[in-house]
Amino acid sequence: MDLLSALRRLGRDSLDVLSVFGRASVIWWEAIWRRPHFANLPLVIKQIYQLGVLSVVIVVLSGFSIGAVLALQGYNQLVKYGSESALGLGVALVLVMEIGPVVSALLFAGRAGSAVTAEIGLMKATEQLSSMEMIGVDPLQRIVAPRLWAGFISMPILAMMFSVVGIWGASLVGVDWLGVYEGAFWATMQDGVDFKSHVLKGIIKSVVFGLVVTWIAVFQGYDTQPTSEGIAASTTRTVVYSSVAVLVLDFFLTLVMFNF
Amino acid sequence: MQIRTIEIVVGAFMLAGLISLAILAVRVSGFAVGANTDTYSVYAKFENIGGLVVRSKVSVAGVYVGQVAEITLDPKTFQAKVRMDIQSEHNNIPKDSTAAILTEGLLGGKYIGLTIGADEQSLKDGDEIIDTQSAIVLEDLIGQFLMKQI
Repeated sequence: MDLLSALRRLGRDSLDVLSVFGRASVIWWEAIWRRPHFANLPLVIKQIYQLGVLSVVIVVLSGFSIGAVLALQGYNQLVKYGSESALGLGVALVLVMEIGPVVSALLFAGRAGSAVTAEIGLMKATEQLSSMEMIGVDPLQRIVAPRLWAGFISMPILAMMFSVVGIWGASLVGVDWLGVYEGAFWATMQDGVDFKSHVLKGIIKSVVFGLVVTWIAVFQGYDTQPTSEGIAASTTRTVVYSSVAVLVLDFFLTLVMFNF
Repeated sequence: MQIRTIEIVVGAFMLAGLISLAILAVRVSGFAVGANTDTYSVYAKFENIGGLVVRSKVSVAGVYVGQVAEITLDPKTFQAKVRMDIQSEHNNIPKDSTAAILTEGLLGGKYIGLTIGADEQSLKDGDEIIDTQSAIVLEDLIGQFLMKQI
């Protein structure tokens, strides 16, 4: 009998997981594809402000610090081999391909994803979503879709800003402070970084991350238990799930895109 | 906040994104938009190209004049056939110039150096450089050195 109940629990859990994925996919599908509505553009702009513009400060600050630290640590190692002129190349490659998209996505999940979940969760708890349906406004279209689009658009911009500010920070530390020759710093970078095979792939990564993080955030808000504990748990889940999703996806995207 | 202010700020945000993309393209990856795309092809056969790769630079007197566009194996002679795209502005390279595969620095990448000849005629699209010098393979060099010692 014990075996049977264990089996039953496994089945129930699997069905739960499957149904979560199913509900999430249905929300995504309905919000994005079935009803493309350009009358909602002002809503999208407002959400780009909420999700993207308000995340600029944290992204720029972190980008600068990470670029500066990479330059410091990289210089320490490279100078042992007398190849500190490769500092620019190393920092730029690491920032553009990996750290820029990944860290800005993690920051985005914490700064913007949690806010989206809490907002939609509270709307559900106070039955704003149901009232919208009552008066014939589709909450998927009015609430969910603009946020999905805004995240999709904002994330690559934030990631590119992160990389640019990081490289600027690295050049401040490397060139102006540690005295790496400026011409070599930029020349090795321009020589080794390729637009199509490095920069573009980093941008593709950030687009995918933006999609996944906002999707998780929106779904967790939409699917929350309409209580204060429920909203708290959903907000936590948003940050945890999207961070893990970003890191795991990063591995697989790297695997696929960089021909391993 | 006013809708108008939000729209202006979002516009600035999008603009910042475009500027970041431009910086990443031009300053970081050295992506030249449409510059010097006008090239002509010159071929050369080498016994051994060493570590020459596509996009390696082609230079005259150390100055960049073009890049390696394609590397194939000649099915008859089993030599490496290299197609170089030379920028059209350098259309006065003499026909009897020689091509050598050289190394940047001690451990740097391989590139093709053209040594200028004396012919009146200059290289045209599709021409082949006859006189070539292959890459120096370090192992061969060490081998020759050892043989001389014995």
